[in-house]
Amino acid sequence: MIHTVVMISIICIAVAILALTYRVIKGPSTPDRVIALDAIGINLVALIALISIGLDTNAFLEVILLLGILAFIGTVAFSKYLEKGVIIEHDRDR
Amino acid sequence: MIEIANILIVVFLLIGAFLSLVAAFGVIRLPDVYTRNHAASKSATLGVMCILIGALLYFYFIDGYFNPRIILGIVFIFLTSPVAGHLIGRAAYNSGVKLWDQSVRDDYKEVSEKKKKLAEKGNR
Repeated sequence: MIHTVVMISIICIAVAILALTYRVIKGPSTPDRVIALDAIGINLVALIALISIGLDTNAFLEVILLLGILAFIGTVAFSKYLEKGVIIEHDRDR
Repeated sequence: MIEIANILIVVFLLIGAFLSLVAAFGVIRLPDVYTRNHAASKSATLGVMCILIGALLYFYFIDGYFNPRIILGIVFIFLTSPVAGHLIGRAAYNSGVKLWDQSVRDDYKEVSEKKKKLAEKGNR
C-alpha cells in the first residue's frame, strides 16, 4: 500500500516541479523566477523524502536538511541583490 | 498497530502531495507576483512538512528508527520558508514590480515614496 502511495506522490511532486519550471521560464519579472526556484527547491526536499521511503533507506536524510538550508540562503541572497544591488555590503564607502 | 501506522503514513503523504500540487497550480494561474508568492510560500511549505512528517512516521514505525534529522528539517523549513517569502515579496515591491491591475488599494505606496524621498535627500 505504501509503495503505491509513494509512487502517486512522486508523480504529483514531479508534475508540481514541471509546473513551477513553466513559471521559471515564462515569468514576466525576476521575482517570479526567484519564487518559482525557491518552491522547486522546497519540492525537491519532499521528493528526496519520498525517494528515501521508496528505497527504504535512511542514507539520504542529510540531503533534506542541506537542501532546505541552501534554498533559503539562495533566496535571501537573490532578494538582497534585487533590493540593494549588492549582496554583501561594505562597512562604509571610502 | 502496523496497519494504523500505515494508514497514518499514507494520509500524510497524500495530503502533502496534494498541497504541493495545489501550490504549483496556484503559481501558474494567479495573476501577479504577490499572489503567486502567497500560494508558493504557504501551500508548498505545508505540503512539504506533511510529507516529511510521513517520512518520520515511516522510519519510526516500520524501521523502528527515530530520526532527529527529519524533525530538524521540518522545524527549519517551518522557520525559513515564510521568511524567504517575505524577503522576496519586499524585494519585488521595492524593485518596482506592479500590482495586479484589479487590486483596489496599496497602503504601502505613500510610505515607500516618503522613504525614497528621504533617501534621495540623504544622498545629496
